[in-house]
Amino acid sequence: MSETTTDRAEEQDLGAAGSQLSTAPTEELSSVPALGFVGWVRWFWRQLTSMRVALLLLLLLALGAIPGSLIPQTGSDETKVADFRERHEVLAPVYDKLGLFHVYSSVWFSAVYILLFVSLIGCIVPRTWQFVGQLRGRPPGAPKRLTRLPAHTTWRTEAEPEQVREAALALLKKNRFRAHIAGDAVAAEKGYLREVGNLVFHIALIVMLVAFAWGQLFKMEGNKLIVEGGGFANTLVQYDDFKSGTLFSTDDLTPFSFDLKDFKGTYEPSGPNKGTPRTYQASLTYAEGAYGKEKSTVVKVNEPLEIGSSKVYLTAHGYAPVITVRDGKGKVVFSDAVPLLPLDSNVTSSGVIKVLDGYRNAKGVGEQLAFQAAFLPTFEAGNEVSSAFPALLNPVLNLEAYHGDLGVDSGIPQSVYQLDKKHMKGFKDAKGKQLRQNLRPGQTMKLPGGAGSVTYEGTKEWANFQITEQPASGWALTGALAAIFGLAASLFIQRRRVWVRAVKGADGVTVVEMAGLGRSESAKVPEELGDLAGTLYEQAPGAPDPDEPAVDAPDDTEQTTATDSAVPAEGAEK
Amino acid sequence: MTLAAATNENLANLSNTLIYSAMAVYTLAFFAYITEWLFGSRSKVGRTAAALTASAKTSAAPAVTVKKGGGTAVLERPKVVVRATGNTRDVPDGPGAHGGDEQGDLYGRIAVSLTVLAFLIAAGGVLTRALSVQRAPWGNMYEFNITFSTVAVGVFLTLLALKKNVRWLGLFLTTTVLLDLGLAVTVLYTESDQLVPALHSYWLYIHVSTAILCGAVFYVGAVATLLYLFRDSYENKLAGGGTPGRFASSFLDRLPAAASLDKFSYRVNAAVFPLWTFTIIAGAIWAGDAWGRYWGWDPKETWSFITWVAYACYLHARATAGWKGRKAAYLALAAFGCWLFNYYGVNIFVSGKHSYADVGLGALHSVGF
Ligand code: HEM
Repeated sequence: MSETTTDRAEEQDLGAAGSQLSTAPTEELSSVPALGFVGWVRWFWRQLTSMRVALLLLLLLALGAIPGSLIPQTGSDETKVADFRERHEVLAPVYDKLGLFHVYSSVWFSAVYILLFVSLIGCIVPRTWQFVGQLRGRPPGAPKRLTRLPAHTTWRTEAEPEQVREAALALLKKNRFRAHIAGDAVAAEKGYLREVGNLVFHIALIVMLVAFAWGQLFKMEGNKLIVEGGGFANTLVQYDDFKSGTLFSTDDLTPFSFDLKDFKGTYEPSGPNKGTPRTYQASLTYAEGAYGKEKSTVVKVNEPLEIGSSKVYLTAHGYAPVITVRDGKGKVVFSDAVPLLPLDSNVTSSGVIKVLDGYRNAKGVGEQLAFQAAFLPTFEAGNEVSSAFPALLNPVLNLEAYHGDLGVDSGIPQSVYQLDKKHMKGFKDAKGKQLRQNLRPGQTMKLPGGAGSVTYEGTKEWANFQITEQPASGWALTGALAAIFGLAASLFIQRRRVWVRAVKGADGVTVVEMAGLGRSESAKVPEELGDLAGTLYEQAPGAPDPDEPAVDAPDDTEQTTATDSAVPAEGAEK
Repeated sequence: MTLAAATNENLANLSNTLIYSAMAVYTLAFFAYITEWLFGSRSKVGRTAAALTASAKTSAAPAVTVKKGGGTAVLERPKVVVRATGNTRDVPDGPGAHGGDEQGDLYGRIAVSLTVLAFLIAAGGVLTRALSVQRAPWGNMYEFNITFSTVAVGVFLTLLALKKNVRWLGLFLTTTVLLDLGLAVTVLYTESDQLVPALHSYWLYIHVSTAILCGAVFYVGAVATLLYLFRDSYENKLAGGGTPGRFASSFLDRLPAAASLDKFSYRVNAAVFPLWTFTIIAGAIWAGDAWGRYWGWDPKETWSFITWVAYACYLHARATAGWKGRKAAYLALAAFGCWLFNYYGVNIFVSGKHSYADVGLGALHSVGF
């Protein structure tokens, strides 16, 4: 009976020595409380801030992120979502209910990460206090039997116990341990930075989340296509499309304007990589504020122009043939550069030229005109349908002419790049076929029956600019960097304790015992202990062996059970 | 064709030849590893069983003798006694693939030498490929694959050079490297090609090179984790008094102890986790420069995030009672699965900014990352 009690006492003793080597919440499988409302709240809170639930929530976060990568998302590609809806009439409404078209802003996904972050805060705050307490206190005193610890060593020496302890204290302090003498032993601890790192990492996660959320709420993103010579002023009406976070107000748009002077693309001229883009650059003049001074700059693909909190990115380019349309009387009814959409990497392009008003046909009746355009910047004989090179080497513009009613007033929005032929009739050539002609710069296509003409004057380039504001990205970056450093400290630094006991044995010779304990088994702890012991041994050299074998040899029976408690959660061996 | 283009083509051809040669040498290494395992099975070791039964029977024997400097004036270090603690069984590591057999050991050494040779040739192949396109060799899946397998072998050889007990990894590694290269030269082969301007950013180099390194290290960790699971079942069976099959006893007995494998895979995974975190952040910075937003839940970004959370789960699990050991190992494997899917799955099945070849400036010609 008495054996068991000493065993238990020893266990507790060792437990205390190993306690607080980390501030991780203790694992308790708390049973359901019977304490009324407050009890329930407390129970719930404790569950939420336990490692087990944090783990579960992390798993849910990972699983929850998956559908968003497989199902089209409104946030990144609206047209794909529309496409999906058309093809899956049964599934789409279900997906809609579950928010699967916008997973990352859906209720359930938000619930998971909000719970996770509440859990995180509920975890960090007490851990920080506990850690501050540990820093204020001192490393716990030596357990009764150091030989039970995972790494230990002992020797006999002629030196006095006090001398040994003083030497050990000095040695440990020199090695940047926090050390003090407690009773007959020196207690020391090192590696607090591990805990700091862990806390910094978890706090940085919160900083990142808040910065990200802030950025989402106050962000804006818009696109503007500009033909060489054209310009843009940063107001809502000038955008081709515009998206913004819920809390963004258009009054917040940074006032600035810019003009596209020139766009230049260069391409690999020959060899196996012929046609691969080398550089894209747009020369701009811009002005900050409403009446700012004009400055020149060059925007490249990975090098946006930054004005205040806005960034101007170059995101696409293409060609815009300059077209002049005349009516039967030779009056110019349309003259403009018309941007066409690129279709492949050699910038084969297509689009529509629409003459909405001002045109009267041969009979003098008001009508609308449209030309379906296909454009090859480099035309090569034998290949009539696609361009052979992305640069303007031998441009050819193919036009198909139509007349009638474009239906733009029907209220249904129309893409400027598409032609609705419902109320349009094709002009016919002499053979009665659809009128179609290849034009080189300067050439004109006559419309039959004195209906007028269309001239391809030359080619300009256009560039698409994306203008964005994403506030708090500096905070996100700061959080991210702090997270990396915190993580590295947390994972690479081992927190460990060392004790040195020196007492007079029965025969008057001092017995030195040293032991080390890390958060878990690690090769580094015994190594370090060996180094320390080696140095201390020089100051307290060995005395002759007594006759009987070592006093402290433990017996294996108790070994496993007793040491269990001395070694806290594994998981951070270094 | 210009002279420069011709040299580039020659370099590209040289690169292809080197990759094929490396595959041939890896195949030789593969057979040498097999031979090592075969010779190893001649010696009946059964250490694990012995250790497990011994510790059950002779519990009273003193496990530890205290060593001292001795009575003389010789200054010697006191010896540190280390004891197994916690729940880990005190099982010794297996002797390795050769099972203590001398001839097996010889073949093992030959295998490692061949691996070094193949690695050098493959590295030459990657280098000439890079020179032929005058950029980093990871513009498409082919280049990514050859770089990845070379780095994975590099990680293995580095561990060997650091005198870590990892030779048992050799067979698994050469097997997968051969698969990886085979896939690269057959399915994924792409003529050397230039990158589009969106890929011209030093963040890309940082981002992709660390991604490859992380993948290689995660891969080593995953192999160790998988073997841990087998070895752990084997030890459990023995400890429970069962008799594992002949193959298991011969094969698994030669691996390191379950506890060692577990620790090894943890260290490997934990060591690269901060680098993986950095990889994602570097990618976000690059995306911020190239696409105007640092995070947009693009499939590739999403799967990097999922992989990251999965590894975070694994690290958490190791610190959570009831989740250590096998459950944590399953999480680690799932996390590596996410990494793999991020590379192959997302490139092949899911389209996003990272993979589509449109004609805007954001085109990223089927690039790995
Ligand atoms: C936002 C989600 C979270 C992520 C991504 C995350 C990630 C991590 C990672 C990667 C580690 C490993 C670093 C190390 O071992 O020192 C870690 C450790 C830790 N985490 Fe979290 N964590 C999250 C939330 C939480 C929450 C909610 C809690 C509180 C219940 C928590 C408590 C801890 C503790 C106590 C450790 C240290 C374990 C140890 O001492 O070994 N974490 N976390």
